[in-house]
Order: sequence, then structure tokens, then C-alpha cells
Amino acid sequence: MTELTLEHYLAVGTIMFAIGVIGFMARRNLIIMFLSTELMFQGIAIDLIAFGRYRLTSNPEVFFASQAFVIFVLVVAAAEAALALGLVVLLFRQKQTLDPQAWQELKN
Amino acid sequence: MNTTLAILAQNSAGAPDGATALINTALFYVFAAMAVGSAIGVMVSRNIVRTAVCLLMALLGVAGLYLGMHAEFLAAVQLVVYAGGTLVLIIFGVMLTNNSTFQLYRPKRLEVVVGSGLVAMLATVLITAILRSGMADRVVTSGNTYAIQTLGEALLGDYLVPFELISVLLLAVMIGAAYLAKGRRREGEGQ
Repeated sequence: MTELTLEHYLAVGTIMFAIGVIGFMARRNLIIMFLSTELMFQGIAIDLIAFGRYRLTSNPEVFFASQAFVIFVLVVAAAEAALALGLVVLLFRQKQTLDPQAWQELKN
Repeated sequence: MNTTLAILAQNSAGAPDGATALINTALFYVFAAMAVGSAIGVMVSRNIVRTAVCLLMALLGVAGLYLGMHAEFLAAVQLVVYAGGTLVLIIFGVMLTNNSTFQLYRPKRLEVVVGSGLVAMLATVLITAILRSGMADRVVTSGNTYAIQTLGEALLGDYLVPFELISVLLLAVMIGAAYLAKGRRREGEGQ
């Protein structure tokens, strides 16, 4: 087996981000769309850490910078999760459905 | 070089570098397959509870990838914040918005077998790690704490301003979530 390189991790991160985007586009369920955004966050976080790790030998501070950045991303994601799920529950109570097409009255 | 099983490698009487690299590569593929496969599961699954479990597996896979990149603190944060916090929140959201899913859910024999197997594997790994680490005659602080210490210094040094800003954001979100919940309840009482 070959040595692990930056591309290995970038590939995983990119695939997860792509799956998140596809899920966000294709699914018609507010909760699953929200889970897809979480997948996108995870893909980006893997990429960030991989870049920082890649620069570890030449510039160690970049690795800690990337870790700090991902921690901030995680905090924002957690905050987003709290608010988004609260909103989803509120929307569900209004119309008893998770279909985002139920809230398209602003469209016309 | 990546040393994913740092504790095991350090204490298994000097495992050769080639073997460590091989293990790291194999673990990378295992965790990557776990993350990507579970992500696909999130996308295609019809049962929303199964979707949440798939997301949990994807998060665990990503945590394993963090370990492979020597970001141990992030792996721990990933497990605590996501698998512990956000996923519980998601399960609550599912429960509040979908009543029928849980009525349909019955554990099958296969699921029981798989769950027991996972627990047995986890127990084996934990016991092996504890046995090999020689924790009994070791001071807690003598481990590989350098990286996490440096990360803490970076967070409270170079990144102090964003660190404080993000705590303000958390406070705002807390107030906002409480406002959302409270406002809805009042509206409900008025109806």
C-alpha cells in the first residue's frame, strides 16, 4: 500500500461535501436537508485539517491554525443545529409536514 | 509520519515504522469508507431514524480521520459535540416531528447481532489499549500532551478575539433558541 498523501484526505472531504450538496438538493425533507449541511461541514473540516497537516513539517503553526479554524467551524455548526432544528420543529407545528414545498407561498 | 495508533505503537515495544505506516493506511481506508458510505446512507435512506444513525457513523468515521491526522483534540471534540450533542438534538427533532417512525421501529435479529459485535470489538480495543499502555506505572501528564497544549495556547493567544466572538455568538444563539421556543408557546396558549 502507498503512503497517505494530502490527496487521499482531500478526496474524502470532497466526496463528503459532494454527497452533502446532492442530499441537500435531492431530498424533500427539512431534517434530511439539515443533515446534509452537516455532511458538508464535515467534508470542509477534513480538508482544512488535511491542509494544516500537509504544512506541518514546514510550518507547524499552520496545523494549529487549521485546528483552531475547525473548532470555530464546529461551534458555528452546533449553533446552526440548535437554531435550525428549533425552526424545523416550529414549521412542522404550523403545517404538520416537513416538505419544504409547503412554504413556497412567497414564490408568487 | 502518521501514527494513528499512537498509544499502541509507542508501547508495543517499538513497532517498525513500515508496519505502523501500513496500519495507518489501512485505518485511513476503513474510516474513509465508513464516512463516505454512511454519508451515502444519509442521502438515500428512506427511514429518518436510519438516516440519523448513518450520520452518527459518518461522524465517527470523520473522527477516525482526525485521529489519523494527529488532531486528537478535534477527534475528541467531534465525538463529544457532534455524536454527543448535535445528534441527540437531531433525534429530538425527529421525535418531535415524526410520530410514526418510532412505532415502526423494531430491532431485528441482524441488528442485535451487529450491535453486540460492535460492542465486543470496542471492548476488545479498549481493554487491549489499557493493558498495553502500562497506565499503572505512568503519570498522567507524561503522555503526548505537547500538541494539545500548543493548541490551547494558540486558541487563547493568537485566536483570542475570534474565540471570544464565537462565545458571544453562542450566547446569542442560546437567547434566540429560547426566544423561539417561548414565543411559540405563548402563541399556542393564545389560540
